Amino acid sequence: MTTATLVRKTALNETMRKAGGKMVDFHGWELPIQFEGILKEHAAVRNSAGIFDVSHMGQIFVTGPDSFKLLQKTNANDLRKATVGKGVYSHLLNEKGGLVDDIIAFCLALNRYLVIVNATTSTKDFNWLSGKASGANVKVENRSDDYSMVAVQGPSVPKMMEVFAPEAVKLPRFGIVEKKLFGADCFISRTGYTGEDGFEITAPHAVITEIWNKMMELGKPYGIVPCGLGARDTLRLESGYLLYGQDVDDEHTTYEANYGWVVCLEKGDFTARDILLKQKAGGLKRRLTGIVLSAAGVPRPGCKVFKDGKELGELASATYSPTLKKGIGVGYMSNPNLKPGEALEVEIHGKRVPAQVSKVPFHKGTAFK
Amino acid sequence: MPKQEEVKYTKTHEWISVQGEEATVGLSEHAQHEMGDIVFVELPKPARNVEKEKPCAVVESVKSAFDIYAPVSGQISALNDEVTKDPALINQSPMDKAWLFKIKLSDAAQIKDLMDWNAYQEFVKQNAH
Repeated sequence: MTTATLVRKTALNETMRKAGGKMVDFHGWELPIQFEGILKEHAAVRNSAGIFDVSHMGQIFVTGPDSFKLLQKTNANDLRKATVGKGVYSHLLNEKGGLVDDIIAFCLALNRYLVIVNATTSTKDFNWLSGKASGANVKVENRSDDYSMVAVQGPSVPKMMEVFAPEAVKLPRFGIVEKKLFGADCFISRTGYTGEDGFEITAPHAVITEIWNKMMELGKPYGIVPCGLGARDTLRLESGYLLYGQDVDDEHTTYEANYGWVVCLEKGDFTARDILLKQKAGGLKRRLTGIVLSAAGVPRPGCKVFKDGKELGELASATYSPTLKKGIGVGYMSNPNLKPGEALEVEIHGKRVPAQVSKVPFHKGTAFK
Repeated sequence: MPKQEEVKYTKTHEWISVQGEEATVGLSEHAQHEMGDIVFVELPKPARNVEKEKPCAVVESVKSAFDIYAPVSGQISALNDEVTKDPALINQSPMDKAWLFKIKLSDAAQIKDLMDWNAYQEFVKQNAH
């Protein structure tokens, strides 16, 4: 008897393989971990342009007269910031203040929202929002199976886009525009997970290969390279972006994740507001804290962190930072008030390696300017 | 520079080139390719005694850590500091500039247990996924 393993393939699977992608099973999705090499791909995005297949990401449409009310109620951030044509990064909270997911909610038109969610949580998010929507005049649709997505990232990308979609180049950070591409209704947003300027294009499967090929062609003068999950992870961690399921989950609150800027307590009532209020007033028991190694070595998730010989916690995400050329990581530390520069130690292969508390982001790319 | 056809190989992808009582050890071309960009190397302590098939060094790529196993028993007689300073040398020149360490053999007969180039290529082919 054989065990059937269902690994989903994106519409770009064949394109990824032909481009030399080293395919891996990423939470049930077959995606490239790298093409020519993580360092090369990382550098391409920081310096010029890179392109990623992010079709595993989910799309939930929230429409109808109560759509704003539903999203405002279930999110930590203030959805009023998502005016028509704009999106807002936010945390979908459970009753304990933990994260159901971290999302971007775009307002496409009055009473019409597109919520971009993580791959592993799209069904959970859909069920959560649907549950909260009962009795309200709002429609929640999980369209994750209908859309593919590519992320085109790097400081040269706006120049590439000038010919292809001039209206997208005018977008502010987190702006979104609907556009027909190769005959299909698509969305282009000025967003990404790399810390660099760039765009994410959400499109029906039928046209995603044409979009990918066009981007590769337009990016050629800028040395665009296809990038895999490896570079996606080093780029996002240098930028201090959270990885759901690793840095945050149902058990950790937005404040504990050190993402307090996402919480808008003044906007009125929302799920777990009282818990977050209490946490803000009473202080935290743990906080997601950045560390940077002061000596050579590569920290990994699960490495224990010590201060003056006392264990403070372990790293949730950690890697070699290609930009800083040092080991970096984030982890929940039991001392929530650590200051950048304070001396720590990280246990790697049974040895204590000197490290310091770091500010996060570790590196600010063009998306922060 | 040893030719990859002339050295011996382990199942853990180290190559070893014997010169009299001393042997030079490195990582195979196949291994460096599979590991991807190498960013950190920790070599054994100088003069340390190492034991055949026991881990004695660590090589780390961006994504993962890999143990390096001693192909034979003996005492570390030289270390390549260049590779500690610039781990990417392993990707660029695994057979030459990026030799890792030398071992003074304690039992030269152990070399016979290792694979030659043809056997190693066959081994890699069989273990390919």
